[in-house]
Amino acid sequence: MPSERDPAVAGTTQPRVGLFVTCLVDLMRPEIGFATVKLLEQAGCSVEVPESQTCCGQPAYNSGDRADARAIAQNVIAAFEAYDFVVVPSGSCAGMIKLHYAELFDEGTSWRARAESLSKKTFELVSFLTDVMGVETTGARFAGTVTYHDSCSGLRELGIREQPRRLLAQVEGLELKEMAQSDVCCGFGGTFCVKYPDISNAIVEKKTAHILASGATTLLAGDLGCLMNMAGKLQRQGRDIDVRHVAEVLAGMADTPAIGKAKR
Amino acid sequence: MQITSPAFKDNAASALNNKTLQKALLNVERGFIDKRAKAAAGLPEFERLRDDARDIKNHTLAHLDLYLDAYERRVTASGGHVHWAETAEDARAIILDICRSLKAKTITKSKSMVAEEIDLNDYLEDHGVRPVETDLGEYIIQIRHEPPSHIIAPAVHLTKEQVADDFRRVHGHLDPKRNLDEPVTLLSEARTVLREQFLAADVGLTGANFLVAETGTSVIVTNEGNGDLTQTLPKAHIVLASIEKVVPTLDDVAKIMRVLARSATGQEMSVYTTFSTGPRREGDLDGPGEYHVVILDNGRTAMLGTEFQDMLRCIRCGACMNHCPVYHAVGGHAYGWVYPGPMGAVLTPTLIGVDNSGHLPNASTFCGRCESVCPMRIPLPKMMRHWREREFEKHLGAAVPRVAVRLWAAFARRPLLYRLMVGAASTAMRLIGGKKGRLSSMLLAGGWVKHRDLAVPTGRTFIDQWKARQDDREAAGHAAAKPGHAAAKPGHAGAKH
Repeated sequence: MPSERDPAVAGTTQPRVGLFVTCLVDLMRPEIGFATVKLLEQAGCSVEVPESQTCCGQPAYNSGDRADARAIAQNVIAAFEAYDFVVVPSGSCAGMIKLHYAELFDEGTSWRARAESLSKKTFELVSFLTDVMGVETTGARFAGTVTYHDSCSGLRELGIREQPRRLLAQVEGLELKEMAQSDVCCGFGGTFCVKYPDISNAIVEKKTAHILASGATTLLAGDLGCLMNMAGKLQRQGRDIDVRHVAEVLAGMADTPAIGKAKR
Repeated sequence: MQITSPAFKDNAASALNNKTLQKALLNVERGFIDKRAKAAAGLPEFERLRDDARDIKNHTLAHLDLYLDAYERRVTASGGHVHWAETAEDARAIILDICRSLKAKTITKSKSMVAEEIDLNDYLEDHGVRPVETDLGEYIIQIRHEPPSHIIAPAVHLTKEQVADDFRRVHGHLDPKRNLDEPVTLLSEARTVLREQFLAADVGLTGANFLVAETGTSVIVTNEGNGDLTQTLPKAHIVLASIEKVVPTLDDVAKIMRVLARSATGQEMSVYTTFSTGPRREGDLDGPGEYHVVILDNGRTAMLGTEFQDMLRCIRCGACMNHCPVYHAVGGHAYGWVYPGPMGAVLTPTLIGVDNSGHLPNASTFCGRCESVCPMRIPLPKMMRHWREREFEKHLGAAVPRVAVRLWAAFARRPLLYRLMVGAASTAMRLIGGKKGRLSSMLLAGGWVKHRDLAVPTGRTFIDQWKARQDDREAAGHAAAKPGHAAAKPGHAGAKH
């Protein structure tokens, strides 16, 4: 339910949003994509999904493979630059497009200019809803206690902290129980978790201890990679905590099985 | 010191299995983070001071030759000597020469990471000069024959019980009934032993937090007062510092000092801040007769003008490792050389070669917490990524992840192939995942399923489902005779909703 809109969209009735769904959501949990579409449409956007999208290029970029990262970035830029906004249900992939694409191209080149212009209109989903579209409530209901993990890129690269909490506070029936150290990494780190599995495990074990200590029965976050990591650990530990993307709850679409849970 | 960085994974595994170490490491998380946060929050201009501190160092690095030159002239004018050491070997030889010229048998040292970097203690000992560490943490690791595990808290990997055992083992005179249960009783025991060493030393060696170009002054910050005794009691004071420690003015020191202790220990200032300029002057009641400064390069000038130059802003506060989840998990020794944690992951490859230390810049989740607390605003993750780029170019590092990333990228660059690949992956994973919704073992995902279950796709890919939904809507739309739909498509392959 939009109220005070960003001046950039004040005049336009229906901003055209290109949804960059992310490779993980596309493959592992399409529900998050549909929840994102619902939230965006509810906020008054018209949503389109370029089918030529693949991945934002982070695995290559963070492995030192600049050439491949650059080629993937060019693909994303070409597919999305015609939209008013690019919205991503992930802080880390949004951060990649917003902050790192420009670094892949030399200053003064046309690709650099195109990357910079895409950067300006690219947003992580929840902060787009609150900061750009002025959404104050999503009208969802959720009966249960949740705790929220701040994924690193969203928190430290994009400054997302209050936005999801503000919207969650408006969800009817939902009670937020903060965990200790919600701002500390969960140990996922993209390829890190498979390159250094034992260290990653030590980090996620600390995280799941904080999750359990919060007393919440559902864990939410804004990045599927982190969510799959924490869900996988909780399930290996035999803990019955539902793990979901925050968009599922905000869109009122939390009636499907949680991450890694059997179909009912 | 022996380099074990290539064995980072093994080092990490044994650290993770070491219960005593894990207990000690909790002190890092508990001891530094909240204190730093409080100190930073308590100073309204803290963030602005970080900018100022960064700018001061950037300016200095842009004119490094000029300021080092000015510094040397001021030191000479105040009666001291500056020695330039291009390599660790040069620095060790210069220091030994000074010791020999004074027929020194004992050299007291206050904490110096550069001394660790050049392996000074072993060298001096081999050449008949006995080094005595006077910082409590350094003293503890010296009697244990261990390297430091943290740049400001060298013995942070130990519990106080371990230290008590070491003191009882080494200090032969100790009354078995003496209480060594608390840090303060341990400190007083160390002080008793060290007091005699301060008086017996022929030479005192300190590091430097700053070298001040306008005055020729060296500055150290300490909490135990050992630095003052080290540099004022013996016949000669040697300052050992690397080139990037120089700053233009005393005002600059004052500014950077305001972020240093707050970032390091959460103190507003360290207990002692000691300025030393030249040897004892005529009429001075005390002070060293000789004052030497050994300035070390050891590969640092090669960082100037490269993507690693920003690392030379580092003031060695330790905030990056204090906030690093990987450091918290494995401790400092796992990194395998002098400098651990995020700053070590950037600096170590410069100093000992990336082929020796390739794991270090890779063993990071890029969570960015280090950069968020670095008082000098050093973009540590970005520079770790630059090392990964150099490794990738040189084909260093393990072949399997490299091939996997290139293969993934080959698909990601080709949308049509990519669709086929993820479609197949989705089907295959759902097939083996069955009704459970997750897997606890899977070929090619060993690193993941070793410690966690793996959720499987919940259905066909989003893009497939979306297309089907659009097709349905299009069909419904055509039925309702609403043409002109496709014209609104932006770019190629856009699916209008």
